[in-house]
Amino acid sequence: MRHIISILLENEAGALSRVSGLFSARGYNIESLTVAPTEDESLSRMTIVTSGSGDVIEQITKQLNKLVEVVKVVDLFEAPHIERELMLIKVRATAKDRDDMKRMSDIFRGRIIDVSEDTYTIELTGTGHKLDAFIEALGRSVILETARTGACGISRGQRVLRI
Amino acid sequence: MELSGAEILIKCLQAEKVEYVFGYPGGAVLFIYDELFKQNKVKHVLVRHEQGATHAADGYSRSSRKVGVALVTSGPGVTNAVTGIATAYMDSIPMVIISGQVPTHAIGLDAFQECDAVGITRPCVKHNFLVKDVKDLALTIKKAFYLASTGRPGPVLVDIPKDVTTDKCKFEYPETISMRSYNPVVKGHSGQIKKAAQLLIEAQRPMIYAGGGVILSDAAPQLTKLVRMLGFPCTNTLMGLGGFPATDKHFVGMLGMHGTYEANMAMQNCDVLVAIGARFDDRVIGDPAHFGQVPRKIIHIDIDPSSISKRVRVDVPIVGHVPDVLDDLIKLIDAGKQRPDAKALGAWWEQIKQWKTKDCLRYDRKSKIIKPQFVLEKLYEITKGDAIVTSDVGQHQMWAAQFYKFDKPRRWINSGGLGTMGFGLPAAMGAQLANPGASVVCVTGEASFQMCIQELSTCKQYRLPIKIINLNNRYMGMVRQWQQFFHGNRYSESYMDALPDFVKLAESYGHVGISIEKPADVEPALKEAFKRTEELVFMDFITDQTENVYPMVGGGKGLTEMILAEEL
Repeated sequence: MRHIISILLENEAGALSRVSGLFSARGYNIESLTVAPTEDESLSRMTIVTSGSGDVIEQITKQLNKLVEVVKVVDLFEAPHIERELMLIKVRATAKDRDDMKRMSDIFRGRIIDVSEDTYTIELTGTGHKLDAFIEALGRSVILETARTGACGISRGQRVLRI
Repeated sequence: MELSGAEILIKCLQAEKVEYVFGYPGGAVLFIYDELFKQNKVKHVLVRHEQGATHAADGYSRSSRKVGVALVTSGPGVTNAVTGIATAYMDSIPMVIISGQVPTHAIGLDAFQECDAVGITRPCVKHNFLVKDVKDLALTIKKAFYLASTGRPGPVLVDIPKDVTTDKCKFEYPETISMRSYNPVVKGHSGQIKKAAQLLIEAQRPMIYAGGGVILSDAAPQLTKLVRMLGFPCTNTLMGLGGFPATDKHFVGMLGMHGTYEANMAMQNCDVLVAIGARFDDRVIGDPAHFGQVPRKIIHIDIDPSSISKRVRVDVPIVGHVPDVLDDLIKLIDAGKQRPDAKALGAWWEQIKQWKTKDCLRYDRKSKIIKPQFVLEKLYEITKGDAIVTSDVGQHQMWAAQFYKFDKPRRWINSGGLGTMGFGLPAAMGAQLANPGASVVCVTGEASFQMCIQELSTCKQYRLPIKIINLNNRYMGMVRQWQQFFHGNRYSESYMDALPDFVKLAESYGHVGISIEKPADVEPALKEAFKRTEELVFMDFITDQTENVYPMVGGGKGLTEMILAEEL
């Protein structure tokens, strides 16, 4: 089953490779991994999308907690949560297709953030499924390039991940 | 006053009361060696290969409960040390490894003797550091010792670039330390301990299974008290030997792949199992699915939450420092009025006695060729069970574990997790330095021994009177045994032709060598060796080439699917 694991870790050189090394050494899956400093610069927040049985997810969180630089670990799937991913997608948009592209982008609540003679670059956020659906809707032939961040997530309501 | 990084490092080691550093000099650590030279509080032991340094620091730690320290240079110095670091990691041994690194400005430029020490060791250390600024050095060393020795212990590597050892700053060694991201649990959850106590009282067929965690946390007194108070059978893992007295009537022997018949049968058939500082590894319970066929309640006490429910689901997990948890458990049972069901327990012991009649460790005592088991029995008798025994890896290791009855902790020192051949001799050096008056014995085989044979030279330099029991069967015995059982007697590359004359070899290093070829000569040779209290004696026992370790649970088999001597 798919899980989103959020990690607060010391914002130090090498912390990322400890986490990614743990996943490869123990044979856990990584679907996506994002990391950036938090409002407290000494901490980074990492979001890992992974999959596995309940036992495997339990081991993943335990093993993550064991890493000395990891401060806190939360499996967002334990409670209601919100998940978003950002995609930048560059599409071919020549004279006759430009209106179609604009309309499609609007339908998915994307924003065109760069325009050239025959391309649009669209910014789109949503769940991974939504981004996939957009790609499907456009058709692969018009897509020139995509850049996706991987998912990040946060719990709903009062639940917070902080130290 | 400002001090150089090298001076600071030595001051830190002094502050940590480090007695010995096991190491080997080289370009990147020259300034550190220069500072070592100028003082005499921290003594340096010059090994012959960096693997020896890490194993010696490891043996020192295991036999003394102190943190072992190794010092190696950059590049090949640290790569040579990796096997020893991984060995310590698998067995949770507290160690600090200081490695030299090329100067900070040269890092990443493929400098001479450069390697990414932090990257290479990352998967086999508890934690590691690259010190890029001399101002961080003292705090990093403090953290390294703290991390190595607390929680589930383990090796910590500190990589120090050469320019950091010459850069200067003010020295201040922190008295205490706290890290927001590292807070090992000590006390067990009282509710869980209550549940555990209740399960123990109600057990009909209980079993106590204790591992290396009992040794590492110095919980042998508590374990012994608990077992005797309840009257339950107790088994130790390979790593746990000595955690409960082997001569106690409640002890049913080691369990696992080469465990006793009675220990494995009791482990499989119990209805309440208490795992203490143990991790249900593949060499201990065999196939987890087979183990899970019998319903039983499992209580698991361990400092490391990730050891719990890793291979086997448990019913009552208790995370905590083993002696603290056991103290609480003993108090609780003591205070309560209930006692275990004596009748059920009696029947259970009857069953265990029945299993014992298999006499699973028997061997041919009338053999005209030396049987390795016989050598170990005699060793046990002559040392009165009081030696510190290190071992290498293979058949000899298993026989030593089966036949030397360890009554006290920290007397049995072997590479259980990683299974590192070459561990025995350097580990014995560390143990001998930590215990100057003690009898230190290295049980080895001719194959393992040759993997770190160069340390015989170190033993001479430091006058270490280790007694080496070489069970020489001209084969990599355990490989040969597996090939006999599972590979149709095809002894692919497990025979060693052209062995050295070990007696002459020992003599060439300045030691005493004895060759023993007849069973009748075993006892006199051992007696002679232990009389020589000032000298290293290498005993080359020419043993039966065909002898196997029994019982044996084949790889991937169920715990009770044992091959016994009689079945062949």
